[in-house]
Amino acid sequence: MAALMETEGLVRHFGGLKAVDGVNFRLEPGEIHALIGPNGAGKTTFVSLLSGRLPVQAGRITLSGRDITRLPAHARVRAGIAYTFQITSIYPRLSVFDNVALAVQSRGAADIAAGVAEALARVNLTGFDAQEAGTLSYGHQRLLEVAMGLALNPRVLILDEPTQGLAAGEIEGFKALIRSLVPDTTILLIEHNMDVVMDLADRITVLNFGRVLAVGTPDAVRADPGVQDAYLGGHHAAG
Amino acid sequence: MAAVLALTAVGLNLVFGVMRVVNVAHGEFFMLGAIGAWFVTHYLPVPAAMAWIAALVIAPLAVGAIAALADVTVLKRLKYDPEATIVATIGLLYIFQQAALSFYGPDARPVAPPFHLRLQLPWFGYSGYKLFVVVAAAVILLGVWLLMTRTRAGLVMRATQVDRDTARNFGIDVDRVYAGTFALGAALAAAAAVLIVPIQQAHYLMGHDPLLLSFIVVIIGGLGSLRGTLVAALVIGLSDGVISMFFSPTLAKIIATLAVALVLVFRPQGLFGAKE
Amino acid sequence: MSGGARIWALHLALVAMLFAALFVLPTYHATNLARIMVLAVFAMGYNLAFGYTGLLSLGHAMFFAAGMFAMGLPVWHWGLGGGPALLLGLVAGGAMAGAVGLLALRTAGVSFMIVTLMFAQAGYLTILYFGQVTGGDEGFVVDAAARRLFGFDLSSDVPRYLAALALFAAAMAGCLWLVRSPFGRVMVAMRENEERSRMLGYDPFRVKLAALVISGVYAGAAGAAYGLLFGYVGGSFATIQYSILPMLYVLLGGAGTVLGPFLGALLMFYLIDITSGFTSAWLFFVGAALVLLILFAPKGILGTIRERGARWLP
Repeated sequence: MAALMETEGLVRHFGGLKAVDGVNFRLEPGEIHALIGPNGAGKTTFVSLLSGRLPVQAGRITLSGRDITRLPAHARVRAGIAYTFQITSIYPRLSVFDNVALAVQSRGAADIAAGVAEALARVNLTGFDAQEAGTLSYGHQRLLEVAMGLALNPRVLILDEPTQGLAAGEIEGFKALIRSLVPDTTILLIEHNMDVVMDLADRITVLNFGRVLAVGTPDAVRADPGVQDAYLGGHHAAG
Repeated sequence: MAAVLALTAVGLNLVFGVMRVVNVAHGEFFMLGAIGAWFVTHYLPVPAAMAWIAALVIAPLAVGAIAALADVTVLKRLKYDPEATIVATIGLLYIFQQAALSFYGPDARPVAPPFHLRLQLPWFGYSGYKLFVVVAAAVILLGVWLLMTRTRAGLVMRATQVDRDTARNFGIDVDRVYAGTFALGAALAAAAAVLIVPIQQAHYLMGHDPLLLSFIVVIIGGLGSLRGTLVAALVIGLSDGVISMFFSPTLAKIIATLAVALVLVFRPQGLFGAKE
Repeated sequence: MSGGARIWALHLALVAMLFAALFVLPTYHATNLARIMVLAVFAMGYNLAFGYTGLLSLGHAMFFAAGMFAMGLPVWHWGLGGGPALLLGLVAGGAMAGAVGLLALRTAGVSFMIVTLMFAQAGYLTILYFGQVTGGDEGFVVDAAARRLFGFDLSSDVPRYLAALALFAAAMAGCLWLVRSPFGRVMVAMRENEERSRMLGYDPFRVKLAALVISGVYAGAAGAAYGLLFGYVGGSFATIQYSILPMLYVLLGGAGTVLGPFLGALLMFYLIDITSGFTSAWLFFVGAALVLLILFAPKGILGTIRERGARWLP
């Protein structure tokens, strides 16, 4: 089966730092794919290359076989790659409705109000429409961010540490939400919380020093000795 | 007058470099310096040369004090937000201009040079005073350079320029550094004006050209780079005269302003600044 | 939507009041008000760029002047009629904004301010340089024969007032419709969080360019109308002063509000008018108003009212 998204030899250096150093990567249609690795392994840089927030120095990115390496970020979003920020990035001074409406109208939906209602319902924020987004609780702001990603109706949804700062109860709800999205939407997830990763992911890619250390199912990755040395074996042994 | 231009532009760039404030009222500090010189030389009952030297001390000090006041009462309250401070300094520009018009009047008035001396070189005569201006400007610039590189005050200013918050954590009184920097920048413009006023006359609208030229110099030399400013001031100060010989002054200005805009668009780090 | 009805009712009421004012006010004030309405259109255009999209330009005088001269020059040199000349002014304002935007929008923030300032200064100097064609600093009087629109003589008071009101009403309706449209939402999104907007699929450059062109069309229309209604075209309208004025109006009335530019123009115009009655130091008031506004009320009058409760205000 053809990959939905694929990279070949992707490179991005910052001065002497090889943040992403020749990464080959496949995202299969309909899967939940987790990207893990120690801090500074290049995860955020890698998804920034995928979403077009950073320019690629070498290598190739394809979406359904189409080369999108040189496509600017906004055009990639239109092509179906949505990105939610690691540090919550919403429009704090606009209403919740306007926040989501901006995403809905971006995909060219005819009925904006209906699209907003649907996206808010999916993340359980119905009824918050008129509230100023900046006054929402932190957990709700994260959900709003996810709602904005969903409202784009993306083919690929890239989530950068979505559960960071969420309470335990909120995490359960979040996992259920992600499961409900596949297989219509393919999920690429950067996550530090190993419970979430092992629970949700169909496949995992482990990055270390800008290179792919291992790829496979959660069980295979857990069993990989290289991964245990570099990552799980350290301070995450209990996870 | 490349030397005077360099003084004014260094003042503007100092303020931008350390405070990240684009001071649109900088030309008015220049103007206030010139008018201050006229007041001092006009009312001080001493010989012209003495009065002029007094003006060279008093006018920059007074203008610096005004600038420090403006910093504390206005810019500090805006938390040095770049866009808000531009709007505020435009407001200050109007206020200073009106103050000069009201208290000084619409006339251009001359200030007597401290001495008359004509150097008669074999092929052309040259005003001794103009040479003196160049030397004096160079001395002041050297003083600024020593201040920035050799003294504690300069170290504190450079530290604040690199990182305001860290400087604060090291116990540096950032508010005082900013007020001092703004005052120093303004005082440099005023000193430049006192130097030039025996040649040019003092007028309440005289701030426009120095402002425009300093902008050009600072942008071409690179925002925040004092060395670039000096080089650019020399190049532009000299070439301004050359361009004006071939084209009309208006056309020269058109070319210069467009050039500045294009430099900002395509080489925001300045022609002499290093990339990143 | 009842909110929509209330909003349109409020703005229609203002237009009705301005219409009624024609029959109530003495000629002197009616002429002032006509001037204010045209300047308010200019400020509305400025507000679309600055208040809604967050583009702080210091060069809008060049769009105003582009409209004014594109209207005035063909009238002066070739005897073009008022209607086509007005249209020409409007197009020129937009085209100028488009050309400047293509370059200036590669920068942001402080650089954008300086670049627009420099372009405007170059524009002003160009008008002076070609003084033989443009009239330079002294300008020229627009031929009375050209100052006619649909058979009305714009040099007499009542038609002039009505023409200004018509332009104002059209501009306001357009502005209201635009800011409540999906595109208006995107403009605000650019102001609030450009990076987020990009990652929602909007090209910041294109959105800002479009906003600037619309803004330029407003400024050009105002410039052309000003020349046509008051019969004078001059280089002084291209000076930095005329870039600052709309900013002042918008800051005073409230950036990012539809009625703010009009309110600001009205108050500022009369502040200057009244103070110049007993002192020539009106520049001082402009400067002081700028400083005080940015210090104590950066949201302006309507912006503050909106914050204190009237959140429905567009």
